[in-house]
Amino acid sequence: MRRSFVKPAFGLAALLLALLAAARAEAASLPETIAAVWPKVVKIYGAGGVGDLEPYSTGFFVTAEGHVATVWNHVLDAERVTVVLNDGRRFEARLTGAEPTLDLAILKLESDQGNFPHFDLEDFADVSPGTRVLAFSNMFGIAAGDEPVSVVHGVIAAKTPLAARRGVYQTTYRGQVYVIDAVTNNSGAGGGVVTTWDGRLVGMIGKELRNAQSNTWVNYAIPASELASMARQIITGQFESTASRRKEPRNPRRFDPLDFGIVLVPDVVLRTPAYVDAVLPGSPAAEAGLKPDDLIVFVNGELVQSCRALKNAFGWLEPGERLRLTIRRGNRLMEMELKAPPQ
Amino acid sequence: MIQTPAKGSRSQAPRDRRPPDYALEPRLCLTSRSVRAIAAVALTAVLAAPVAGVGPVPSLRAAVAPQVLQAQKQRIETIRRIAPSVVAIFARGAAGGGSGVLVTPDGFALTNFHVVAAAGSFMKCGLNDGNLYDAVIVGVDPTGDVALIKLLGRDDFPCAELGDSDTVHVGDWVFALGNPFLLATDFQPTVTYGMVSGVHRYQYPAGTVLEYADCIQVDASINPGNSGGPLFDSRGLLIGINGRISTGKRGRVNSGVGYAISINQIKNFWDHLRSGRIVDHATLGATVRTQSDGTIIVDSILETSDAYRRGLRLGDEIVSFAQRPIRSVNQFKNILGIFPQGWKVPLVYRRDGRKHPIVVRLERLHKDSSFARRRRPVVPPHGRRPRRPSPDRPQPKSKPPDHSPQPDGQPRRLPFPIPRHPAKPPPIPEKYKHLYVEKDGFANFYFNQVEQDRLTQALRELGDFLQPAGPWRLSGQDGTGKRFELTVTNQAVGLEWGEEAFYLDGAASEVQDEPPASGGFLVAMSHWRQLLALGPKSFTECYYLGSEPLDATDVRVDVLVTLQGSIETHWYFRRDPDRLVGFDTWLAPHVDPCEVRFDRFQETDGRRWPEALRVRHGDSDFATFRVKEIKLGPK
Repeated sequence: MRRSFVKPAFGLAALLLALLAAARAEAASLPETIAAVWPKVVKIYGAGGVGDLEPYSTGFFVTAEGHVATVWNHVLDAERVTVVLNDGRRFEARLTGAEPTLDLAILKLESDQGNFPHFDLEDFADVSPGTRVLAFSNMFGIAAGDEPVSVVHGVIAAKTPLAARRGVYQTTYRGQVYVIDAVTNNSGAGGGVVTTWDGRLVGMIGKELRNAQSNTWVNYAIPASELASMARQIITGQFESTASRRKEPRNPRRFDPLDFGIVLVPDVVLRTPAYVDAVLPGSPAAEAGLKPDDLIVFVNGELVQSCRALKNAFGWLEPGERLRLTIRRGNRLMEMELKAPPQ
Repeated sequence: MIQTPAKGSRSQAPRDRRPPDYALEPRLCLTSRSVRAIAAVALTAVLAAPVAGVGPVPSLRAAVAPQVLQAQKQRIETIRRIAPSVVAIFARGAAGGGSGVLVTPDGFALTNFHVVAAAGSFMKCGLNDGNLYDAVIVGVDPTGDVALIKLLGRDDFPCAELGDSDTVHVGDWVFALGNPFLLATDFQPTVTYGMVSGVHRYQYPAGTVLEYADCIQVDASINPGNSGGPLFDSRGLLIGINGRISTGKRGRVNSGVGYAISINQIKNFWDHLRSGRIVDHATLGATVRTQSDGTIIVDSILETSDAYRRGLRLGDEIVSFAQRPIRSVNQFKNILGIFPQGWKVPLVYRRDGRKHPIVVRLERLHKDSSFARRRRPVVPPHGRRPRRPSPDRPQPKSKPPDHSPQPDGQPRRLPFPIPRHPAKPPPIPEKYKHLYVEKDGFANFYFNQVEQDRLTQALRELGDFLQPAGPWRLSGQDGTGKRFELTVTNQAVGLEWGEEAFYLDGAASEVQDEPPASGGFLVAMSHWRQLLALGPKSFTECYYLGSEPLDATDVRVDVLVTLQGSIETHWYFRRDPDRLVGFDTWLAPHVDPCEVRFDRFQETDGRRWPEALRVRHGDSDFATFRVKEIKLGPK
């Protein structure tokens, strides 16, 4: 509208004006975005209340009929849970289905109403690092009754697999996550939403996860792209949980220390230190300079506390991958590098 | 770390001063997440290159969209404007500290109660001009976690402009300034930038006090040491005082959830704080609960409460309170939390489908003994037993631990003014010693005396009522045309009213409601004469209370309290100029007072008298006495 009045000669000024107007429009629309998202986010009250397990969490509507997506956690360990909307209305809800590998659960409100404001599972935003986002959640259970949930702002810092380093995070989820540069994953925030500044669904705030190595907490969301299809399957009833068929990923046992000419001491106790008993002459290990009585401490930077852990680490090696060993010989730490043979 | 000034109140900061813009901007870059975020977005969009390893600054500036630079410039300007009002508080003897903000040019500054509770009566305050000032405690509000202090030595302090916290919206951008981790040893405040995450939040008391009602929740970083510091909106208006955070499992630092006491609450308490008292919060004398249909009903009510006398009963539905609709227990508590004890607040309740509007006088929350005997109430340890949350009250305030910062001297918790090695505090400067007067029930009685003196002066300006010492005879007609003559002496009061006559003997030990159903009009008249003739100090006890809206109207009046035996009177003074406009006299606790209001004034022999005395008691008008003639007799 405004631009049509501007002569082309003033194109640059017009562009600037338009940019400023856009900036203003965006700034003005932030509370509007928040107001539009709030009715789609719900507070969930269920099991818990002992120890570190808070009896509340967050969820969001994914259908007009009252299906709520949330994080699969202890709060749902009850026959029914209570769902409270941002206007204070309260409903009982039952679990429709859950997919533990996605940390996803779908609830259905016990209501015949068919007009709940909801996120469209077909219309999510796939965003890249640097995108500004909003996170909505019932963190710490601050929002009571008809109070709307808390909103914090942040920036997508990375999109990355969470379990890149095995054993760091205690979660069954193995896919990509959005890492956010703000504290989004507080107690009770799980099941909340991360949206763009114009209110499009980006992902679901995951449950609280602590990095076992650094003792830090990660702020992340499971991308909507990972959840959408499973959520639809659960809602439409064409769902078969992978929980029954899923198994821990088996160690492929691709390599063994012997493949490199390393003979370990006999593995006699639960945590036998990974001492080298012998090195086969002419083997890659011999060429790299490994000697009997060396203690292997790290494999590719990961601590190995036992013969078993060492064998496990070797089992995961890819053909042709470089293998970096840190060993202790006497009081010295030494680094040496070997290469896994091609298959 | 903090050096005491050798002489006077002003001294240079112990470190070399840096130019202010240099000092501020690096902090901005470091702390303003959004500045970086916007820059990052613009960079990736325009340069299509990773942020790290981008060329020198000039090319970077060229790549940033002009409106981003403009927004940044505005933020820098705002911070430059507001930073001088921010106070870095250090307890004397370097025993801890916190933050504060100046709100008047003569040095009144706001902070948290839990900051001054640790710091004591005098403290050292640094401003970003690099100077260290002496400051004295003025008043405290332990329940609201607010304290007023006064910086000394100047009458032209930079001060913050107050905003309206009721217009704050979720999504608004805010600045938190302060002294986190007591980093501001050069007195330059740390700036953190963030978003309003929630408004009208209620946070249960940590222990018996430190209740955060109707507070503002922000995601700007608030850390130990930020306590008492200002929260500004994007225009640089003061909208709150930061003081509390939620943390959970991550340890006692920012987790994206900070709470600020709303500035509108502090505006209500402002004169109460200036009174030098230990200020109390209010209760309705009733508790409420949510019913299954979502309505809020009276769950219990004290028969001694004003609410009960106004007609509120068990089971009544609370429709609105202070003109705000009530849909949750939290909202009810939010409203109770923002008013001082004694204020009259409109309330609407529903019974049998009918709405009843009433005006309720709020009762005190704590017993006198809770605060009177100790100037620094001890904050109890870790809060109350965790309660199982429900959708109505889903806030287990002890779990996750909701850290309200503890005063110093309680080593069991990481205190939220951070402790330093306590040393022997340096002596209080001789020239400021008179600014602190200790008295039970007061944070600093000196400031109460200042206000008493002001109102006493206003009374003197009404004229000399000490002489002549004989009876006052006020006569005229009441609103119905009935004649009256009121006689007031130093010992007794008599009222001839139409066919009836009433008499009060001042020597009688029993106080009486005379005329009946007036609430004690004759007693009130006797006290009025005492106030005018002998002054407020002639009563057993006298203090300045603060201010309140007169009869729940828009008129703010100063309140002077006098006590004589069991009889308490509140004297109301309008401002500009100060003049007495009425008073309430209570014959006993838990009864309705006799309310006397003055209409206009007439001058007789150099004395100003009211033209009419309007008398109310309970829910009804008692009488209006129009004074036509005034005679003062000799002794």
